[in-house]
Amino acid sequence: MEHNATTLSTHEHYDPVGAKLGMWLFIFTEMLLFGALFIVYSVYRYRHPVEFHLANQELNVTIGFINTVILLISSATVAMSITAMQKGNKKLTMIFLLITLLLAVVFLINKYFEWGAKIHHGIYPGSEFLLSLSHGDILFFGLYFFMTGLHAIHIIVGMVILIWVFVRVKQGRVNINRYALLENGGLYWHLVDLIWIFLFPLFYLIH
Amino acid sequence: MSGTTTTQRMPSYLEYKGRFKGLAGWLLSTDHKRIALLYLYSQITFFLAGVVMGIFMKIELMAPGQQIMGPATYNALFTVHGLTMIFLFIIPGLAASFGNFFLPIMIGAKDVAFPKLNLFSWYLFMGGAIIVLIGIFTGDGPPDTGWTFYAPYSLKTNTNVVLTVFGAFVLGFSSVLTGLNFIVTIHQMRAPGMGFFRMPLFIWAMYGTSWIQLLATPVVGITFIMVIFDRVMGIGFFDPAKGGDPILFQHLFWIYSHPAVYIMILPAMGAITEIITTFSNRVVFGYKAIAMSSLAIAFVGYLVWGHHMFTSGMSDTARLVFSLLTFLVAIPSAIKVFNWSATMYKGSIDLQPPFWWAMAFLFVFMIGGLTGLVLGSVATDVHVHDTMFVVAHFHYIVFGGAGLAFFAALHYWFPKMWGKMYNKKVANIGLLILFIGFNTLYFPMFILGIMGMPRRYYDYLPEFATPNLISTVGSWILALGLIIVIVNLLRAKKAPPEIIDNPWNGRTLEWKIQSPPTLENFEEIPVIDHGPYDLIKE
Amino acid sequence: MEEHKTHISSYGNHLFVLLCLITLTTITVAITSVQLGAFNTTAAMIIASTKAAIVLLYFMHLKFDEKIFRFMVTLVLAIYVVVIVITFFDYLYR
Repeated sequence: MEHNATTLSTHEHYDPVGAKLGMWLFIFTEMLLFGALFIVYSVYRYRHPVEFHLANQELNVTIGFINTVILLISSATVAMSITAMQKGNKKLTMIFLLITLLLAVVFLINKYFEWGAKIHHGIYPGSEFLLSLSHGDILFFGLYFFMTGLHAIHIIVGMVILIWVFVRVKQGRVNINRYALLENGGLYWHLVDLIWIFLFPLFYLIH
Repeated sequence: MSGTTTTQRMPSYLEYKGRFKGLAGWLLSTDHKRIALLYLYSQITFFLAGVVMGIFMKIELMAPGQQIMGPATYNALFTVHGLTMIFLFIIPGLAASFGNFFLPIMIGAKDVAFPKLNLFSWYLFMGGAIIVLIGIFTGDGPPDTGWTFYAPYSLKTNTNVVLTVFGAFVLGFSSVLTGLNFIVTIHQMRAPGMGFFRMPLFIWAMYGTSWIQLLATPVVGITFIMVIFDRVMGIGFFDPAKGGDPILFQHLFWIYSHPAVYIMILPAMGAITEIITTFSNRVVFGYKAIAMSSLAIAFVGYLVWGHHMFTSGMSDTARLVFSLLTFLVAIPSAIKVFNWSATMYKGSIDLQPPFWWAMAFLFVFMIGGLTGLVLGSVATDVHVHDTMFVVAHFHYIVFGGAGLAFFAALHYWFPKMWGKMYNKKVANIGLLILFIGFNTLYFPMFILGIMGMPRRYYDYLPEFATPNLISTVGSWILALGLIIVIVNLLRAKKAPPEIIDNPWNGRTLEWKIQSPPTLENFEEIPVIDHGPYDLIKE
Repeated sequence: MEEHKTHISSYGNHLFVLLCLITLTTITVAITSVQLGAFNTTAAMIIASTKAAIVLLYFMHLKFDEKIFRFMVTLVLAIYVVVIVITFFDYLYR
């Protein structure tokens, strides 16, 4: 829209399928980003099965379970906000988006306490205590902090996107006729959920 | 469609006055053609910087013993040479410059799908480049790991690895966004009537390339981030002292960096296809075979990364699997070469400079490809691994393949991009000198490799002296040829404009509009009712 | 191109999907708390994949969207699986 002459093409041009395709392609890159980490995880777990098993006992299944449920609910609310938009209910759309954001905050608070407890016990990347443990422990906790940390960053990015979508909905620029942005925000949020679906059993449920 | 020469001429994208004037009119333009030129100029600048570094390296290797620099400087120099040439010149390569310029035009679109994202990608590219540059000139000196950043050395060296690796991460991000943009453009913005099998083959190549950019780059991106965390926080992902596996780093690195070779070469092959078809004045032979071979190369190329690691300590099974898969890549590559030859067969060939560039490409690419088989087979690779043979093969493919194709494309599309013609005779002379220089420079390296000279050393035993001297002289000839070629193009760019909308009798869409194109490329979006290379009397 | 009717999932539908997902999560936790040896991980991964498939198909709307999206997602996941398999040719036989 920088060019006057292109205004007519870019402004009138609205291609929801194209926008969604772009978002999906971006999601593919995110999948492979985490995909690479899952490869690292599986290789090191394959090489240190016993240590991974023992280190896993340190993690709190209850918090992990609660966070999983929180993310699943937030995924559902985002999906419902799209339904609300498709039915033309702007207010309900915004309420669902707010609930989603709220759940995201709760997730991060849980994460904060979970990490805090670990760090309090001297378990964090590069800590003296951790380095005194076995190789498998070092790798397990290294991966744990790195992968859940990266996931948390994605939660924050997702929240920023959803806030932006919220503002656009409020302004009416995202409306029943053009809501590709809302759909894309939703897609990104589901991706965050999707990754957690795998992180949860791989880190919390090795028995 | 009638010829555009007779109709009234519109202001071109070069003359067009947008909201911003002067430099800002370029730096803030979302026009794909202006962004393409931004890429082109920055890439060529980086390329020339890389050439200068290469020449210094060759001077150092002119004779045994220390010539102009010590080992540490040499290590830094080959690292920075590799980083510049690979990440700043040839990975964006033809895709970012010519892809940006011609992809929308060749499918009959006014721009890419996300013009702002396109401009943002260029800023990311420059941002990444600047971070890499800062990394080179600050801290404890430029990285000396080689462009591969192999762990655990990259975790231990005191040089400025963190910033450089982060710069490479940003560059990767830029590459991903460009690929994303192109895929959506190809899917959504083709002109009416242009089915997938009516797209020019350059577009098919770009399509394959974009998918690789999208699917391979994130892997190396996260690997680089892991290296940074290993260095800064001491996590130990790739540090054997903490249980990490350095070979896993090599796996992850090559999962991207081998496909990256196809990011470089696929658009090059696409451009060569266009050139050969145009100057043979024939419908391209085996359209579908070439189109599908692009996808096949992209797909199989994704699964062969391990052939870089035959001597790193992988399992024997993995070595055999990778060797087998590697040989499979030869099939689609050969399909392309045979179809190019078949296209030329009985064609009425017009011997113009771009065609000569394409022939030069074919010649060196064949040498590069065939020596690749030596490296793809485990038994022979073990013998020449990490010798100058690898350096020679790599340069034959990347410089001789992608690099020459870059210049072929530049000569082919130059009249379209600037509406001017260069001196063809000088162009041919420049190419001839460059071609001689190229082979004099790199061919002796094959021999040196077989003789057993390792790569990445600033010094060597006296028995390697003669081929090294020949090679150094070759680098000077190559530089001379390059200077002639570039000065010739620069002079042409300064010349007054002429009306040359279709100097080569090209049949794809970009030749049916005026040169240089207007802001929106097409006055009205064309309707396509025939294949891209059909010979149709206008 | 004609504007084709977009599929609207009902609220009840979303809630039902959510219920399925939470049930599956509970099952995973239950299964893995019993000692089943190697089967634990297999079961956990099968359930996780099922959950992922449900999210992809219903929440991310793949079931109702243009076929091309489903095709691309399948292809990308397939390539990823092949990459894992090839990587493990190294680690399994080292």
